[in-house]
Amino acid sequence: MRIVVIGAGPAGTRAAVLAAERVPGASVTLLGAEPALPYDRVALSRLLAGEVETADLITHSLQALTARGIAFRPGTRVVSIDRAARLLRTARGEVIVYDRLILALGSSAVRLPVPGGNLPGVVCFRDMADVRQMMQAAREFGRAVVIGGGLLGLEAAAGLAHRGMRVTVVHGTAWPMNRQIDAFAGGLLGGRMERRGIRFVMPAATMAIEGTERATGVRLADGRVLPAELVVMAVGIRPNTALAADCGLDVGQGIRTDAALRSSDPAIQAIGECAEVEGVCVGLVAPALEQAEAAIHALAGDLARWAPRPDSAALKISGTAVWSAGEIDAADTETLTLLDEQEDCYRRLSLRDGRLVGAVLYGDTADAGFYMDLIKRRADVGAQRQLLAFGQAYLKDAA
Amino acid sequence: MTTRTTCPYCGVGCGVLATPGAPVKGDTAHPANRGRLCSKGTALGETLNHPNRLLFPEVDGKRASWDAALDAMAEGFRTALNEHGPDGVALYVSGQLLTEDYYAANKFAKGFLGTANIDSNSRLCMASAVAGHRRAFGEDLVPGIYDDLEQADLLVLLGSNTAWCHPVLFQRIQAARAAGKRIVVIDPRRTATCEGADLHLALRPGSDVALYLGLLAHLHSAGFPVPEAALEPARGLDVPALTGLSAQALATFYAWFAATPRTVTLFSQGANQSSAGADKANAIINAHVAHGSLGLPGGGPFSVTGQPNAMGGREVGALANMLAGHLEWDRPGEFEALRDYWQAPRLAPRAGLKAVDLFNAAAEGRIGALWVMATNPAVSMPAGDTVRQALKCVPMLAVSDCVADSDTLALARIRLPALGWGEKDGTVTNSERVMSRQRRFLPAPGEARQDWWIVSQVAARLGWGRHFAWKNPAAIFREHAALTGLARPANRVFDISGLADLTDAEYDAMEPTRWPVARRGELGGRLAPAARFVPTAFRAPVNAPGGDLPFILNTGRLRDQWHTMTRTGQVPRLMAHVPEPFLAMHPADAVAPDGALVRVEGSHGQAVLRLRHDAGQRQGEVFAPMHWTEAFAQGARINSAVNPAVDPVSGQPELKHSPVAVEPFPIRWQGFVLARRQLSLHAAWQAVVPLEGGVWRHELAGGDAPAQRFAALRDACALPDAAWVVLEDAAGGHFRAAALKDGRLLAVVFIAPDHLLPPREWLAGLFAETAIGSAARRTILAGAPASGPAPSPTICVCNGVSRATIEAAIEGGCCSVAAVGETTHAGTGCGSCRPEIASLIAVARQPEPA
Repeated sequence: MRIVVIGAGPAGTRAAVLAAERVPGASVTLLGAEPALPYDRVALSRLLAGEVETADLITHSLQALTARGIAFRPGTRVVSIDRAARLLRTARGEVIVYDRLILALGSSAVRLPVPGGNLPGVVCFRDMADVRQMMQAAREFGRAVVIGGGLLGLEAAAGLAHRGMRVTVVHGTAWPMNRQIDAFAGGLLGGRMERRGIRFVMPAATMAIEGTERATGVRLADGRVLPAELVVMAVGIRPNTALAADCGLDVGQGIRTDAALRSSDPAIQAIGECAEVEGVCVGLVAPALEQAEAAIHALAGDLARWAPRPDSAALKISGTAVWSAGEIDAADTETLTLLDEQEDCYRRLSLRDGRLVGAVLYGDTADAGFYMDLIKRRADVGAQRQLLAFGQAYLKDAA
Repeated sequence: MTTRTTCPYCGVGCGVLATPGAPVKGDTAHPANRGRLCSKGTALGETLNHPNRLLFPEVDGKRASWDAALDAMAEGFRTALNEHGPDGVALYVSGQLLTEDYYAANKFAKGFLGTANIDSNSRLCMASAVAGHRRAFGEDLVPGIYDDLEQADLLVLLGSNTAWCHPVLFQRIQAARAAGKRIVVIDPRRTATCEGADLHLALRPGSDVALYLGLLAHLHSAGFPVPEAALEPARGLDVPALTGLSAQALATFYAWFAATPRTVTLFSQGANQSSAGADKANAIINAHVAHGSLGLPGGGPFSVTGQPNAMGGREVGALANMLAGHLEWDRPGEFEALRDYWQAPRLAPRAGLKAVDLFNAAAEGRIGALWVMATNPAVSMPAGDTVRQALKCVPMLAVSDCVADSDTLALARIRLPALGWGEKDGTVTNSERVMSRQRRFLPAPGEARQDWWIVSQVAARLGWGRHFAWKNPAAIFREHAALTGLARPANRVFDISGLADLTDAEYDAMEPTRWPVARRGELGGRLAPAARFVPTAFRAPVNAPGGDLPFILNTGRLRDQWHTMTRTGQVPRLMAHVPEPFLAMHPADAVAPDGALVRVEGSHGQAVLRLRHDAGQRQGEVFAPMHWTEAFAQGARINSAVNPAVDPVSGQPELKHSPVAVEPFPIRWQGFVLARRQLSLHAAWQAVVPLEGGVWRHELAGGDAPAQRFAALRDACALPDAAWVVLEDAAGGHFRAAALKDGRLLAVVFIAPDHLLPPREWLAGLFAETAIGSAARRTILAGAPASGPAPSPTICVCNGVSRATIEAAIEGGCCSVAAVGETTHAGTGCGSCRPEIASLIAVARQPEPA
């Protein structure tokens, strides 16, 4: 059976490796659009922050892939799929035939549709090339504006600040990481980053990128102009669905699949950020990897289903631990908070019906796994409610 | 420099050796204790630096000179005498006074103010025993001596939690307990005293007379001679029904009593604090007279007093219905003899108002001047709220005390600083008639003066100075001793005229001396007074439970507290035994969970206490300790709920039998604050406790919004430089915060929706740490370490051993008090906790009740 995986990101690579292991008689081909070996995209922030080198990000060497019987083809962009003929064409005009196709197309960073948005000096924060551009700018220039105070934006800001730039974060709501953490934690986080020299302008909306030859600043809705030679847009991602839509697959926000990750064409599965699995799109690596596993199990004939589980998100900035999972601020949840002013530590736990449904850990995330487990297991913690905030050491029975 | 003196606490009257700056030790040469001490006595040294001493006279809330304060006193008495006559002035004094102070106060009131309105808090203590003694022996005599308790083959402890209230006597009894010696405890409650007893008769409260009438009838049928008049009330009496005791238990007790010549009945407040208190005393005496054990070594009735100098007060006659020196108004020639001896033509011609009547008269505006000395009636009298109102009705209320924060002092117009223990000189008499010296070993603080001096100065300003011109306590003692040799047309045993010519030096060196001492060199011993049978009919307590007040409230002492806690309440390790006021209730009766707050409501007032489920209570009966004051626990003074019924003969209030209702105390939150100082917090309910290491524990509860209260309590800690760790669970009603600075804990605030809060002991211990790390900061709010045994209350105060540690030792195989002591050191100090250790062993041995 010829299995072709399009996309050598974490989900696609995991799918290829699993397919080679689990599907008898399979010949697996993994196509990567970037010219690199499969690498840990999540670690790009650490690359920018100078904590790791490019080589450290590589997750699979060519030899390792080959040894598993996987044909890896980097720098191979697929331009069309012929579902009737079960073949696909690459930008270089090659034709690749498949029996089963797995789409792991990932997503693209959203580029704000504002005047000047395409000027040189304006980058997204998505892949190795973006990081190289940012590192180059940090060597040449002094000021950066990061648009978007989410996980990626903050990591970009921290990395650039580490590389000596004066960084301003422009964010649309009143506190950073507003999708993952509550306002109080956001305030603590903003304060801590400001103490490290990163300025926040929020809530604020970007109207335009100033500049003619290259970006010189960011103009806000209130008329203020923030001078910057580097502008990083970290305002979200959009599933890559064009290839699927072009070949007539059912596409909504992402490529629509069932719980076995099958698209509207039974020969084609979609996983990771490009997929919309029973209405759910994911944007984090953990569920994407779970989808890869479920897809291959299904392909191998096992009864496999992927069901959305509570997400967790962790901010990867050295010395600033932030982690969150599950529901953060639902109106029908009860909230426990634990704050240590001096240590700049904070926890916020959300409960419904005596069960933990969400957690925000700020400053000390040592108990993240413990809380994640409680959330996933829907464990009844009502009787130990007073001790819940103190973590695993105090709730041995619940663990 | 070590001084031999006497403990100021209970009526055992232990000799102690005091050395400034060192722990107090027991005096091996003193006959009462022979070196032993209880938990309170061993902690005496820790009570000497009292933070709230009254140091200067005050008039109308302002500091005054002694001259000004004494002038105001004299003026107050003069005005009241003019307006009301002698019946309109009064003194309310105390068994804490030394005999010399007592003598001066009594002489001032009866001899010169011309009123017998001088009563003592001894009225609350042993007035019923006194009445019983006077009726049976014609005089207030305790026939026995402590040796009798050791020599008895059958020791009956009636209405006495001896293990807690007279711990050194209990230690002596236990130490001398030979094979075959039996102990019977007669008490509605199962107390620490019951541990190791051969029989516990948990009788219906107030039924002691019926029990002893049954005994008298049994003795009669066994051939002991009983006069018909005394036997008459026993005829047809259904003792099992009245006492609630089984016929079998009664038969056992009666048979043991009849068969044991050397039998002592030791009785205390459980007998005395009753509307039939005098009859109980006589019922007990009657049985011993019939039995023939009165006057035998190891035999007879034995009243033990609560206070250190209750006996001394009785000797000088500082009660409303007595004259000095056991003289009586109604005996020919005695009144005149005293009048002439004192050269006091105004000598009060008749008995005055006893305590309850005295405060009733005050409430009715009939008392123009009242001088309270060394006692706290606002807390100790029944119907406490009424008494507080009465005190406010007195135009000149003067209070002399050594502390500045007693509830009564707060109501006074004139406040006079008195000397305390260790600062004053004189004598006290214990329960076995031994007069011991209390000696000074500390300088007088501030402008404080001894009580007799204050009395003499007021007397001088009223024109009677030459009658009060003593130069020292020895002079007063000589006058008092000489008085006891006066006019004795009738035989009288109390005679210490043999001591009337002691020199000052001899007085200073006086060894513990048992009266009577009619001639120099004599020593008193066991007495065998001729006794009358006093027929006693059973009467039920005045107020029966029922209707809206279904429970019977009993009150009493704790092991480690003394009276209204003005002294012991300052000692953290004494507070550790029972840190909060509580109400014990049988689990089957319980109106709320163990540890919840309940309101106890009587006919005259209420108190809010922590509920303790206690299977040692009889159903339908509840118990509360008597000690807590407004200063230590707002709204938790049990005396407010106690009824003011009195014994018709002795006037002693029925403190052990008040009908009450018990219901859950409605609150929205409960909590506690631990801080490095005492905070002024205002909650619906509050109890304040000093802990080791200068930490103050504030227990709180209220009906207001918990979140706002939480914020207010943090503000009240007033720690602007501290960094807080804060846990908030608004929906769950849990709020916790800890304030730290430089690795030291400064305060914690805990609030919960109910009483289920973490133990305070572990948290309190953290205040001693000097480097609390960054991770440990947060876990303070868990209220417990993540591992290790849960903190638990201290049982052994001397060695700081917790209940959990003792239970672990028992679990580990220690099956005797001695074995627990070897393993944990618990019970190896003063020994006061040994009955509780025995109780824990007993509990551990029994299977859990289903």
